[in-house]
Amino acid sequence: MTNSTGHIETTESYLPEGLAIPVAETDGLSAPYRAGLRDNRLLIQRCVACRNWQFGPEWICHKCHSFDVGWEEVPAEGVIYSWERAWHPVHPALKEAGPYLVVVVEVPQAGGVRLLGNLLGDPLVDVPIGAQVEGVFEHHRDSDPPYTLLQWRLLTDHSGDIGGS
Amino acid sequence: MMSERSLRGQVAIAGVGETRYYKHGESPHPEFRLVLMAILEACRDAGIDPRDIDGFCSYSNDRNIPARLASALGTKRLRTSLMQWGGGGGGCCAAIANAAAAIRSGQADCVVVFRGLAQGQFGRYGRAAPARTVEGEPSYEVPYGVLSPAQRFAMKARRYMHENSVGHEALRSIAMAAYHHAQSNPRAVRYGKPLDEETYDNSRWIVEPFRLFDCCMENDGAAAAVLIPAERARDFPNKPVYILGAAAGADYRAAATSHNAPNYASATFATVATDLYASARVSPADVGSVQSYENFTGGVMMALAEHGFFKPEETSDFLRLDNLLAPHGKLPLNTSGGNLAECYMHGFELIIEATRQVRGTAINQVPRNDVALVIGGPMVFPVSNLMLGSEATL
Repeated sequence: MTNSTGHIETTESYLPEGLAIPVAETDGLSAPYRAGLRDNRLLIQRCVACRNWQFGPEWICHKCHSFDVGWEEVPAEGVIYSWERAWHPVHPALKEAGPYLVVVVEVPQAGGVRLLGNLLGDPLVDVPIGAQVEGVFEHHRDSDPPYTLLQWRLLTDHSGDIGGS
Repeated sequence: MMSERSLRGQVAIAGVGETRYYKHGESPHPEFRLVLMAILEACRDAGIDPRDIDGFCSYSNDRNIPARLASALGTKRLRTSLMQWGGGGGGCCAAIANAAAAIRSGQADCVVVFRGLAQGQFGRYGRAAPARTVEGEPSYEVPYGVLSPAQRFAMKARRYMHENSVGHEALRSIAMAAYHHAQSNPRAVRYGKPLDEETYDNSRWIVEPFRLFDCCMENDGAAAAVLIPAERARDFPNKPVYILGAAAGADYRAAATSHNAPNYASATFATVATDLYASARVSPADVGSVQSYENFTGGVMMALAEHGFFKPEETSDFLRLDNLLAPHGKLPLNTSGGNLAECYMHGFELIIEATRQVRGTAINQVPRNDVALVIGGPMVFPVSNLMLGSEATL
């Protein structure tokens, strides 16, 4: 569903529960990213000094070596850069999950940085590289600790049937 | 411009050895004993007293540490202990280069390079260890079901195939070449198990675009090579096999987290291949056989392109089975069966096979055997490669 701030969110999990829960490092490097997702916001690192975008997060800007690396919110929209369809379960939680789709998504509004996610919907679809996708914030609020994943769906697919049939 | 400083012709491989290769979990011996067996076999092949080894070198966080090996073998004087950073088979050639550098700089005189794997004892790579939370790089992958090496690398191969209009036949040729060569190699774990097109095409998907036969085996065993200074090379019984060049590393931001490598559709050899040819002073046309590490066939495809054997857009045309077969294909590939069909010894079996090719004693011997190339585990960071040559190339 689309919420009042225009973000698409769901509490329906694409993959079964039981995979490891993503958490920020003990040094806190990715804490703003993780907190942003829980708040339906996509935050990407951007150097305050030279305006370079960077992801995954790092303590230093790889372009100008400034340590003043901030975070900026960008729309959860992107383009499929590559994909895979996983069949063989490599974790007990995935035993009945396959096949499932993983996409690498480029975010043009953040300098083309890439994010990984699942492509929601029919797992047997012929995935079009270059197609536009929109982000879906998948909340796991009852998890300990709670976390949110950013998933993707094809922009042409406005059925609202998040998570597939 | 490449520095004059080079390993070219300075160090030779005097002996190679391996244990019997087993299916994973089937070794009757513990890993440490396997490593000792491989080292003794390499020393026997070289005609060297194992007590005269003064250095040990490995990669991929090998568990069999030099101090314990030296004590077990009665090493008279341990001088060098080297470990190449990085996992998988990315460091297999770098381990040879590091040993050679130690010898060339006078830090050691006789170094054994080795790798041992007993997965029954220590667990497999293709199965993820369950954990409750995950942070750092895997935190961008694991929650989306990207856990195994195959799942982490499939999207690089997919992107390359998309950019260069490559079909699955190219991957199939790589798998079939390895299996073809293994059928005449009694050491090969897949000896007596030929692979035809139909079997490949009907095999199950692991993660598209990789089928079962695109993925390496996991095995138990150990392998070793003994390195000595070139000036002593003729004192030993085998035809000397010289290190012409070696390189290791990765191109710009290759390891950027969450699949952000700028050069994504890559086996990571963009700069490393250039360095190798410059240090070895040979060109792709001089290479008579290639042993190219198959974690997955897609990595071989990109690694061969990055080593200049064909342009990316020529991938489908070049990667036809008859081009890849010994003895007379354009580019005999993985001539003992490689990781797919001989043994997954993290690429060390490839170094041994390249050595045998230069000696002229390989099971699937190629006639052009003065220069042999080894390409270490592709798509990881850092990667490494190695050029071996006969005395005629010096």
